[in-house]
Amino acid sequence: MTKKYLLFITMLWAFVINAQDYFPKNDGVHTKNTNYTALTNAKIYVTPTQVIKNGTLLIKDGKIVNSGSSVSIPKNAIVIDLNGKSIYPSFIDIYSDFGVEKPTRTSGGSRSAQYNPSRTGYYWNDHVMPENDAIAKFKYDEKSATDLLKAGFGVVNTHIQDGIVRGTGALIALNNKNGNEHRIIDETSGQYLSFRKSVTSSQYYPGSIMGSMALLRQLYIDADWYAQGNISTKDLSLEALNKNKTLIQFFEAGSRANIMRADKVGDAYGIQYVMLGGGDEYERIADIKATNATIILPLDFPDAYDVEDPFATASLSLQDMRAWNQKPHNPKILAENGVTFAFTTHKLKSAKELKANILKAIGTGLSKEKALEALTTIPAKILNKEAVIGSLKNGSLANFLITSGDIFDKKTTLYENWVQGEKTVIEDLSTKDITGDYTFTIDNQPYEMSISGELSKPKTEIKSGDKTLGSKISYKDDWVNISFTTIDTTKQEFIRIVAKVDAENTLSGKSILPNGTETPFSVKATKAVDKADKHKDDKEKSNTLFAVSYPNKAFGFNELPETETLLFKNATVWTGEADGILQNTDVLIKDGKIVKIGKDLSSGRAKVIDATGKHLTAGIIDEHSHIATASVNEGGQNSSAEVSIEDVIDETDTNIYRNLAGGVTSIQVLHGSANPIGGRSAIIKLKWGESASNLVYNDTPKFIKFALGENVKQSNWSSYSRFPQSRMGVEQLYIDYFTRAKAYDALKKSGKPYKKDIELEVLAEILNKERFISCHSYVQSEINMLMKVAEKFNFNINTFTHILEGYKVADKMKEHGVGGSTFSDWWAYKYEVNDAIPYNASIMHNAGVTVAINSDDAEMSRHLNQEAAKTIKYGGVSEEEAWKFVTLNPAKLLHIDHRVGSIKVGKDADVVLWSQNPLSIYAKAEKTIIEGKTYFDLERDKTMQAEVLAEKSKLTNMMLKAKNKGLKTQPIKKKTKELLHCDSMDTEI
Amino acid sequence: MKKLTTYILSLCAIAAFAQQTPAPKQTQDIAITGATAHIGNGKTIANSTIIFSDGKITNIVDANEVKLNIASNVKIINATGKHVYPGFIVPNSTLGLVEIDAVRASDDDAEIGDWNANIRSLIAYNAESKVVESMRPNGVLLGQITPRGARLTGTSSVVQFDAWNWEDAAVKVDDAVHLNWPRNFRRRWGSVSVNKEYAEQVQEIRAYFNNAKAYLQGSKSTVNLPYDALSDVLDGSKKLFIHVDEEKGIIDAVNFVKENNLNMVVVGGAEAYKTNELLKENNIPVVLMRAHSLPSLDDNDYDLPYKMAKLLTDVGITVALEASGDMERMSSRNLPFYAGTTVAHGLTKAQALQLITLNAAKILGIDANYGSLEKGKSATLFISEGDALDMKTNVLTHAFIDGRDLSLETHQTKLWKRYSKKLEN
Repeated sequence: MTKKYLLFITMLWAFVINAQDYFPKNDGVHTKNTNYTALTNAKIYVTPTQVIKNGTLLIKDGKIVNSGSSVSIPKNAIVIDLNGKSIYPSFIDIYSDFGVEKPTRTSGGSRSAQYNPSRTGYYWNDHVMPENDAIAKFKYDEKSATDLLKAGFGVVNTHIQDGIVRGTGALIALNNKNGNEHRIIDETSGQYLSFRKSVTSSQYYPGSIMGSMALLRQLYIDADWYAQGNISTKDLSLEALNKNKTLIQFFEAGSRANIMRADKVGDAYGIQYVMLGGGDEYERIADIKATNATIILPLDFPDAYDVEDPFATASLSLQDMRAWNQKPHNPKILAENGVTFAFTTHKLKSAKELKANILKAIGTGLSKEKALEALTTIPAKILNKEAVIGSLKNGSLANFLITSGDIFDKKTTLYENWVQGEKTVIEDLSTKDITGDYTFTIDNQPYEMSISGELSKPKTEIKSGDKTLGSKISYKDDWVNISFTTIDTTKQEFIRIVAKVDAENTLSGKSILPNGTETPFSVKATKAVDKADKHKDDKEKSNTLFAVSYPNKAFGFNELPETETLLFKNATVWTGEADGILQNTDVLIKDGKIVKIGKDLSSGRAKVIDATGKHLTAGIIDEHSHIATASVNEGGQNSSAEVSIEDVIDETDTNIYRNLAGGVTSIQVLHGSANPIGGRSAIIKLKWGESASNLVYNDTPKFIKFALGENVKQSNWSSYSRFPQSRMGVEQLYIDYFTRAKAYDALKKSGKPYKKDIELEVLAEILNKERFISCHSYVQSEINMLMKVAEKFNFNINTFTHILEGYKVADKMKEHGVGGSTFSDWWAYKYEVNDAIPYNASIMHNAGVTVAINSDDAEMSRHLNQEAAKTIKYGGVSEEEAWKFVTLNPAKLLHIDHRVGSIKVGKDADVVLWSQNPLSIYAKAEKTIIEGKTYFDLERDKTMQAEVLAEKSKLTNMMLKAKNKGLKTQPIKKKTKELLHCDSMDTEI
Repeated sequence: MKKLTTYILSLCAIAAFAQQTPAPKQTQDIAITGATAHIGNGKTIANSTIIFSDGKITNIVDANEVKLNIASNVKIINATGKHVYPGFIVPNSTLGLVEIDAVRASDDDAEIGDWNANIRSLIAYNAESKVVESMRPNGVLLGQITPRGARLTGTSSVVQFDAWNWEDAAVKVDDAVHLNWPRNFRRRWGSVSVNKEYAEQVQEIRAYFNNAKAYLQGSKSTVNLPYDALSDVLDGSKKLFIHVDEEKGIIDAVNFVKENNLNMVVVGGAEAYKTNELLKENNIPVVLMRAHSLPSLDDNDYDLPYKMAKLLTDVGITVALEASGDMERMSSRNLPFYAGTTVAHGLTKAQALQLITLNAAKILGIDANYGSLEKGKSATLFISEGDALDMKTNVLTHAFIDGRDLSLETHQTKLWKRYSKKLEN
């Protein structure tokens, strides 16, 4: 109790003495310190590029008054002679949750998901909280502040790291000696956003990254509409968002891919976010540069993996192994490419790790100047506070570091960190260096002692002859105490030394033997130890960057394939057109197009491929795929027309490469079947190695996923609170949405003011026949229903996908004009596929429906040629027609048949060379070509398989070496990519 | 449309041979003439005569070399240009144990608890399953019905796929006990890390088997059902199917089996190719994971699952193929195509056929009667219009189990015909 009371008193006192002028003072007279402090004889880094070699820094009232080589020092100045030491501006940690209590996770726990918000008076989505202000929840944390001070930071920019819109942050000086009235530099330093939901609410939406993107887009529209006074109810969130509009907008992207996504959202509303990066920006540096974003970089470089156990190591991916080598190069690569970045301690376990990681980055070739800028001038610039922090220019806060030398040298000691003119001592300026090797004799016994380690926390190793003795050292206030065992270690007797450090590396005092005999002791180090230099050579070697491939993992390309002029000679050509299957035929492709089909073709510049005995076809097209995407479902609402798979294409998915190896060239990446109205599709070409945005068709038709049946009524998992729960409800849901979309469209076309609603906008596109539906469907009743709903609203369903009971209503489908994209032979996995039959494709085909065979599965899509061949077995479809089920027909269903799907002059050169009849189980794709570029080649694949093994072995060796050198390692973990199907949900968000 | 009608009619006509499902016992001797006979042991007879009587093959000859006199009471099936195969065999299957995955009430493939050697799949086998009947038109005629679960999952039985009930279906009752070997890696929250309890879990298996041994040597005055169920496994007369994928697991499992003198089969064996020599040396067969699988790691060769069978076969390991995994029951009818895939990736067609016929029969211990077209063996075979390992030519005209002339009609063919007819009118 007493202790607590005392503490309280001290705090109170501290508060009072530093209080502002207008505060009453009850413990004495008002005083004011008007003295100057002059730090002289120092190397002063005014900015990373403006350096005074030997100068004076003059400060007063917590601010820099002057600096220079000939500063006149006022009489009322305290002078500190720094004697050749260096002064740097203190660092700024621009991304932190310093002093802000971590929000507590909601217990949740209800049987069904929560679809409605928990609050009223705010935005409809709990995860949008622009009304949150970090300053309202701020409590200065002296312990963390001290850690940051020791790492060199003077200012920290903090915010609540929770939710999609997180409200404002605050810029705080790490001033342990004064109160918040001094510390708060800016209480609204910016607004913060992310794609991640708040832990404080269980509200389901958004359940995916694409949902977060859609939510932000609609939010900006709604806020604008609110600002125009068009919403009559109160929305404190929108009001706050509008108020925060002028602030700097920070976005927690956390990865290269999410930077691209966030930038896309921002660009549409004229917002340039400052991005928190992921350290993987180097993988597609040109794309990152093109965003024009400033990046805040965490420095959490991965440790080497512990690869001693070969069984465990076998599961380690080349991608993760490379990251260990490549990630420290990221800052250098960003700098080389002119991308502006700041460093942060965010993601580091402790601020202490900062220096080692910066040194790692410098070791790869990052200039020290850039490193210093990333901690000082750049964050100051991002925050629009260049006049106040980040440099030692006159008028700036007196935030600076005193060091023994180059701050980015391993051996340099950080002595003091001054913030707002208040100093924190980290290492006593007068501490003398005693590290070095010493030899001495006590009681006729010779000893060798080596002192190493930190300046004030040295370590000893004492040997006599070849015997190492147990020893201990303590060093404080110029006095050293050393104790060590005698030569006869079994006796447990100790010799002690107590000595004064007279000068650097000079000890003098006395030694005390176990029997109490004291003799004078004086010794000078023979040489100073410099262990860091010893390893310099191998350090430099290990800094070589492993080549970044596209994508940066196994089977990625070091050089992207080029468009070639290719002449296939003497092939069996499956045209897919009226010409049918042509024997002994040549095909010429040029500039990415098919230019000639015929006999005895020749072309001077073409690379000739002897296709004798081989079969050339158009590339396979998968109407229903979920590969190459980071999200599949946005199941947070029964309609998610506002989301788009195009936002979340994952071009690094190895299944792209595996699909190429199965002859697939184009796919529709569909939203899942979590809700009756799903999200928009991405129709892409499998251009392995290209950026995500380059995969999407440049003239892409617009598609959207709908779904019927067990999934949309959430039959097979615990969910009882979302409408609809029956097929009856599904119909009404569609009628409701289309009725509203119709009204919306009418209003929009009337020219009257209207609030843009992304979801209804998309549905109106369907009504206007600009967007097409691919609907997941199983049983005949619902298939029939949806066609009737569409007819009522005067449009057609484009495709029923899966359509397993299509054979029961094939006549109605034909009449409606809808296509069927089905599985070859899947059934019996749930109740609604009890009547699914492998004859479905053939029956629909015979009824005149355009039929495709799809996969919905990353494995099956690797052999869609075989799945098509099953329609020959089940229903007697001809080979030529069966082949169209995976080429021309899906192209028609996707409205891309003007470009792909058959071998026809003028179409894109998306072709596959097969070892034999592609419908045979024995056929293998030997070359898969998209627009004249060979993305899969059987021979090249063999080379790549060997290269993957070789590179992994090399990295394994390097990691073993790292472990032997005593570097930290991490246990092996492999990320597994969940295979995504119709009913997959995002797990990350 | 006319072509389709003929096609359907011809299939109806074929179906008319089969009087009922299941088919009755063979009463009349049958001779199949002129077909290419794929024996199942690596040999092929281009122009064969096969005669079977009372469910057994009484003769099989090369018609180019031997002219058999076929008695007048023998029913002759002229199969010139067609192909005859032994019935395909699917090991490690849950056919008949689950009807519809998502309908929990129809799922009977797994028990709770870790040590269930006494759990028997056979009695839960649904001979009437619509999924089971869909195997027949693809030539998959036999299967090892295997319980799933945690550690010792239970005892399997081998059945044939045309039966009134499980007793009729049984070909080999309680053929093997199944053990899921612990995994060295653990899957949690989308990432995989080393299973720290692995060594302990292996010790638990050792301790359990030691306890079972001790119990069996004692008076057994208090009955212990799970230990009793291990009796034949411990004396080596019943096989222990160890479901194990990882290299380390396989090595540890082989050592465990050697210590205890057990008769082991590897099931799954995703990394068995890394332990080639060890398995060969110890004469341990492998029931290999589905060829149509994705490689488990991004760094794996795209074609690794396709070529595994070759990697194992080349060193002389006896390999069979299984179909477990997602959609395993309905996809089991694709067993011949899994075999076909191994041909595109290195094996010969005859070798590939062995994977799903004689090799499987040997591993299941039913090769005295099944797995190849040999004199004295059961007439469990089928006639296909073309190459049965290739989907475009796997079209069955006849199938026989123990000489019984099977119906090739299923729930699915009935719906096909019904709706095709509807659409024609």
